Amino acid sequence: MESIRNDFPILGRPMADGTPLVYLDSASSAQKPRVVIDALSECYETYYANAHRGVYQFGVKIDEALEGARERIARMIGAERPEEVIFTSGTTMSINLVAQAWGRSRLSEGDEVLVNEMEHHANLVPWQQVTRQTGATLRHIPLTDDGRLDLGRLDECLGSRTRLVAVTGMSNVLGTINPIGRLVEAARAVGAVVLVDGAQSVPHAAVDVSNPQVDFLAFSGHKLYGPSGVGVLYGRREWLEQMDPFLFGGNMISEVGLTESSWAELPAKFEAGTLPVAQAIALGTAVDYVDGIGFDEIGRIERALLAEAQQRLSEIPDLLVHGPAVEHKGAIVSFSDQRVHPHDMAELLKRKGVAVRAGHHCTMPLHSRLGVPATTRASFAPYNDSSDIDVLVDGIQYARKTLRRD
Amino acid sequence: MSDELYDELILDHYESPYHRGQLESPSCTHTEWNPLCGDRVQLQLQIDSERRIQQAYFDGEGCAISQAAASILCEHIEGKTMEEIEGFGAPEMLELLQVRLTATRQRCGLLGFKVLKTLVYSDDGPTGGSP
Repeated sequence: MESIRNDFPILGRPMADGTPLVYLDSASSAQKPRVVIDALSECYETYYANAHRGVYQFGVKIDEALEGARERIARMIGAERPEEVIFTSGTTMSINLVAQAWGRSRLSEGDEVLVNEMEHHANLVPWQQVTRQTGATLRHIPLTDDGRLDLGRLDECLGSRTRLVAVTGMSNVLGTINPIGRLVEAARAVGAVVLVDGAQSVPHAAVDVSNPQVDFLAFSGHKLYGPSGVGVLYGRREWLEQMDPFLFGGNMISEVGLTESSWAELPAKFEAGTLPVAQAIALGTAVDYVDGIGFDEIGRIERALLAEAQQRLSEIPDLLVHGPAVEHKGAIVSFSDQRVHPHDMAELLKRKGVAVRAGHHCTMPLHSRLGVPATTRASFAPYNDSSDIDVLVDGIQYARKTLRRD
Repeated sequence: MSDELYDELILDHYESPYHRGQLESPSCTHTEWNPLCGDRVQLQLQIDSERRIQQAYFDGEGCAISQAAASILCEHIEGKTMEEIEGFGAPEMLELLQVRLTATRQRCGLLGFKVLKTLVYSDDGPTGGSP
């Protein structure tokens, strides 16, 4: 896919020693296409101002651009109205917002929040905190040995006490794509709401919050080829209207007296302080960019890369690829090489220009379940191609040879 | 100092570690983890009545740097007195490895050293005041 690759300036720049870059860390953060970089520059160079404050010319233009981005994002995820899209700093803040603004006043002793063993710390720790604050109980859906939610045991942990189910759309380590439809159905049956952590899933497959109907969807701009510092919380209007604000200050108020205040309408109620304005606008450009390629095409490219990477890595002796079979996962391949520690692997792959991540990837409970302290993770995006997998596989052999373990 | 991280010395110790394993009745034992990458190093010392390290053994798992550094450390401290160990600092430990480490990898290279220092200064360690 030479044309997609060419859209990303950084991928054409060799490393300091001249080695071409093989970027396999998009699950951590995706690279940026030229149009997104240009949208940021254009904003700062030609019409930047704070949002919702200036009546001067730039003030009007920036508001139009910001609300335009909100509308495009709302359309992409199938939100009924743009004001159901709240700009945040990223997935972590979006989930914290729900945990505190929804959970703090609604949970009490005897209530349960249901998560699972594969969650990123960002969709685990906020729930640990709010259940501790409210006396509610945190429960976990167990995993199967191949790294999927064990739905056969869902009845053991989901029941009339369950108030909220928080689940990732796609595991950031195993790549597992979770059956959101089935979870929504099960949650509805007991009157629980559903939050989906879309940090990994939103950039890779079309999402429609109305089918299956989720209550909250959190995701980040920077994994969707947009700028860092901006993310989204989608919330169903009825919830957002009922919820108290999460952060307090400027922009989120209707009227302020010396001793009390009233809250602004949506979405401003949840957007206290100055937003990452330019980043949010450029995220709108990123959404257009992704739309231009299309999720069908993105899925086609990534499925091919995943199948090839999974196959070729599985053929290497003493190397274990974690997670389920390719039909149950997205384009992430995390592995344990019995001969080379992940830290050494990442260091030695670096010499071949390969950027992968080594560590626990913010999923310590999952790594305990896998029985390893750390893994090496290669993750793919539509700008990768088959030659990147060649370099990765050669790099693994090089690492083994360097450590005299071949 | 070599810029080649996986230098001969590191690789030799990673491949054939010096005193990897367990002592039968150590004078003291301590383990530390590097929570970020899961490296683990345990150190066991056999100390005689003159407070001299007769034997030093390490065990653990982790990257080449953490494991080789622990091996190099064991070789270096055998025969030294605990007083001498008190004066043994992190810069000397890094010097022993003969390679230049980035800040992140220094945590790997100094993991065994951290265990040693904990043993030297902990209350139940060999220099502690308790009987």
